Amino acid sequence: MLQVSIYRYNPETDAEPYMQDVQVDTGGKDLMVLDVMELIKAQDTTVAYRRSCREGVCGSDGVNMNGKNGLACITPLSETVRDNKLVLRPLPGLPVIRDLVVDMGMFYAQYEKVQPYLQNTSPAPAIERLQSPEDRAKLDGLYECILCACCSTACPSFWWNPDRFIGPAGLLQAYRFLADTRDTATEERLSRLDDPFSVFRCHGIQNCVNVCPKGLNPTRAIGHIRNMLLSRAT
Amino acid sequence: MVTAVTSMGRSGLYDWMMQRVTAVILLAYFLFLACVLTGGVDFASWKALYSQTWMRVFSLLALLSLGVHAWVGLWAVFTDYLTERLMGTTGNVLRMLAQVVSAIIMFTYVVWGVQILWGL
Repeated sequence: MLQVSIYRYNPETDAEPYMQDVQVDTGGKDLMVLDVMELIKAQDTTVAYRRSCREGVCGSDGVNMNGKNGLACITPLSETVRDNKLVLRPLPGLPVIRDLVVDMGMFYAQYEKVQPYLQNTSPAPAIERLQSPEDRAKLDGLYECILCACCSTACPSFWWNPDRFIGPAGLLQAYRFLADTRDTATEERLSRLDDPFSVFRCHGIQNCVNVCPKGLNPTRAIGHIRNMLLSRAT
Repeated sequence: MVTAVTSMGRSGLYDWMMQRVTAVILLAYFLFLACVLTGGVDFASWKALYSQTWMRVFSLLALLSLGVHAWVGLWAVFTDYLTERLMGTTGNVLRMLAQVVSAIIMFTYVVWGVQILWGL
């Protein structure tokens, strides 16, 4: 039996959050953490969490498993469980709505700030805006982000300044459009980022890289943004 | 775009650059001092070293770098932990107070350092 300790909080009935101990019979199989959460829900239907695709594409089930953020659906027990114990908590730093469900409002507000859509003032061509394979390759490692918020909620700078620091997820997307040769708003984008908080709260500790379930590297993207700001100002 | 008037240069890029440049100067200075010290010093050779203008300039540069480096670093720490978001208005008062105190300490050390370097 797997010993699971799960964070519980229902603001309508609980004065404060508490940890609930649950025993789960995994049948000796190396299940995904999401499977374990489903088994817990079968025992206690009041447990709340987000999930959707169960294959690491939608980014709904970002949770903190034994202290590390990740997607429950693609994290096998063998990767996270030590001494037969699993501690499940909501993503840190965001307000808890209930149990493992967090309010992603602040995360999305930062994402919105970087204007994550292609901007091009020239008239649209008849068919499409063409791009060379080399230019397209610059977007690899950037466009794959699924906005699960595992990275930003693993970042202490985002914990302390979620209203002023864009955070790794937002900055990865900021660079995705800065690097896109079809986007013509580079100057405006850089101007909006050129302050002491939006980009420069990143101190390069790479918690984001450590937890990203898609294997992306926001710290490198932030470095590129910094270099663009530097060459623009020198 | 977030505004901030209390950081070193009011620009994240400027602060970041100063942090890096001063770090290199400090590294060079302390490596140099470590080399001198491991080579063995007595009062006479130490005084002779510090009586040369280039050493005084180098030391003043290191002292100023330390001030700038500490200002940028402490500003980041203060704006992480002493904030309106965490403590309400008290956070702003405490942060301003902490910044003024660290600015006075920094200024005192620089002036005192000049006095020591040129008063030998």
